[in-house]
Amino acid sequence: MSAMTPLLLKEFTASSCLGVGADATLHALIAQRSGLKRCEFESVNIDTYVGEVPDVDAQRLPANLQKFNCRNNRLAELALQQDGFLESVQAAACRWGRRRVGVFIGTSTSGILQTELAYRARDPDSGVLPPGFEYATTHNTFSVADYVRQRCRLEGPAVAVSSACASSAKVFGSARRMIEAGLIDAALVGGTDSLCLTTLYGFHSLQLSSTAPCRPFDVARDGISIGEAAAFAVLERLPDDLQGGSVLLLGVGESSDAYHMSAPHPEGQGAKRAMHAALTAASLEPSDVDYINLHGTGTPSNDRAESQAITSIFGPTTPCSSTKGATGHTLGAAGALEAMICALSIKNGLMPGGVHTTRIDPTLTAHYIRENRRAAIRRVLSNSFGFGGTNCSLIFGAAG
Amino acid sequence: MKVSAYVGGIGVLGPGLNNWPQAAAVLTGRQAYVPAATALPSPAMLPPAERRRTGRVVKVALGVALEATSSAGADAAQIASVFSSSGSDGHICHEICQALALPTREVSPTRFSNSVHNVASGYWSIATGSFAPSNVLCAFDASFGAGLLESMIQTSVDKRPVLLVAYDTEYPPPLHLKRPIPDALGVAMLFTPEKGTRSLARIEATVTAEACDSMADPQLEALRRAIPAARALPLLLLLAAGKGGRTLLEYLDVSRIAVQVDTCS
Repeated sequence: MSAMTPLLLKEFTASSCLGVGADATLHALIAQRSGLKRCEFESVNIDTYVGEVPDVDAQRLPANLQKFNCRNNRLAELALQQDGFLESVQAAACRWGRRRVGVFIGTSTSGILQTELAYRARDPDSGVLPPGFEYATTHNTFSVADYVRQRCRLEGPAVAVSSACASSAKVFGSARRMIEAGLIDAALVGGTDSLCLTTLYGFHSLQLSSTAPCRPFDVARDGISIGEAAAFAVLERLPDDLQGGSVLLLGVGESSDAYHMSAPHPEGQGAKRAMHAALTAASLEPSDVDYINLHGTGTPSNDRAESQAITSIFGPTTPCSSTKGATGHTLGAAGALEAMICALSIKNGLMPGGVHTTRIDPTLTAHYIRENRRAAIRRVLSNSFGFGGTNCSLIFGAAG
Repeated sequence: MKVSAYVGGIGVLGPGLNNWPQAAAVLTGRQAYVPAATALPSPAMLPPAERRRTGRVVKVALGVALEATSSAGADAAQIASVFSSSGSDGHICHEICQALALPTREVSPTRFSNSVHNVASGYWSIATGSFAPSNVLCAFDASFGAGLLESMIQTSVDKRPVLLVAYDTEYPPPLHLKRPIPDALGVAMLFTPEKGTRSLARIEATVTAEACDSMADPQLEALRRAIPAARALPLLLLLAAGKGGRTLLEYLDVSRIAVQVDTCS
């Protein structure tokens, strides 16, 4: 892996339980609020907290895209409407041409909730699923990428990246390679994952979800809080008249653990490789990074492995925190959501302190911050790791 | 704008297709196509505990990935990979949805871990001891095209060998009625940026709006249309014929992938 050509994060938007749109997200981060609430989602009867986005189901899709109607695409639609993002995408399509803008969306479960509901409504005699159930445009992993592509009337290459909780970090890698290869000039990148029973009951069965709001890096941390989010950005080649303060994608680093399907490598070997690769791609030294937005799920094993990996590369002084205490773990959307939080950090000089953590685990040597810090931030690294031992680190920086 | 790479090894498994040499014989008409249920090998490369947990999606993906890397004489542990499929494990998905429709809602933790779209990629990394990056894609019926683009681009931009593994398996009923994929099929190709001693062909790909090619043989055409990974068949035919040429592969509704194949002599 060699150095990459930096790309411009031209426009971005993010919606999660913390806030709908970039401004609401920023203000909640400044106020150190959390969007986690006791789980009352659907008919779920698990003692846990979730990060549910309000009013997702009130969202209406355009008439010509009704076959895409499911919670995941409603959440995508809600997010696309914030921050003038739909207009920004159209401006990019005008600048580069509809065929020269690609779509790269990360998701882990896409619209599977629609199938879960359909299984409750099977014909009692034949067992068939109800007639109104649409598989391709709701359940299928590509559904949300296809929805975003059609909603924005883009005609370039389009794909869903689905590598569990690293999905929407890895979209930045695919997009930057396709831009570098010259097949496209710009990309709509992002991630969308929404609450569903598969993940709520699945993480519960693995005993990985907490009964309290998740407490990353806390000595008493005992699991994740599942959240939902949609976050998008327009990524494109650097213009000749690049403005100072613009947010750039500087590095992407990817690796595999070769260890276990649902547990991280205990010393964070894969995580280390991903962070090293991102630094190499960005042509940066560890000391060039001002703040690290952790994967920081709040499970005992993730935080231990990630802390070890970070300390071995960055030492014990680089400030880092997890924003999952505020947003929950938004799974396939986490990479994109946290990338947008990094962009907000750079633009606003904010290192968001991790909420819900009361006593930092003294055995974790990374420099975890619980209080917000205001400082000029030049470069930020964001980690995303997933089931299957898949790892992705992103580095963003300020131009000029 | 075009992207190019050398094909160093191929793996194929599907209904009536047992490996690349036999599939090549069928595609070029040297052997009759006899449809038969896909014979999936047990992934001997995995430790016994993991092997017991793997479903058909892992078996087909690892089967073709192993054939492509072995025939190329490549060290799988060093190679980046792109896994592309139109769905994850359909049987596990069915079992989870069925469990969630019952009042008890007991989801098996192993099934949940193996329900992720990147399950085959995860087991491949474990089986080969590879720390190399692995990307995992889905583009519904365009999944082969999406995987082909991503892996060729990765090969040329990052200047490293990349293994493409495109595969699909069936859903059991009732989802089968909504997504009628008949059987498992996988295609793997190892791409390298430079010509090697075992390179079979140089291929060049570009996105176009031209109409896509079909297979002349009606049974192979039916297979091409029935399983998303089988959209690779026109490309496999060119590679099997060893003569070079151009073909148009199905991709998104608004675009196709044009592939120029030049065989390495």
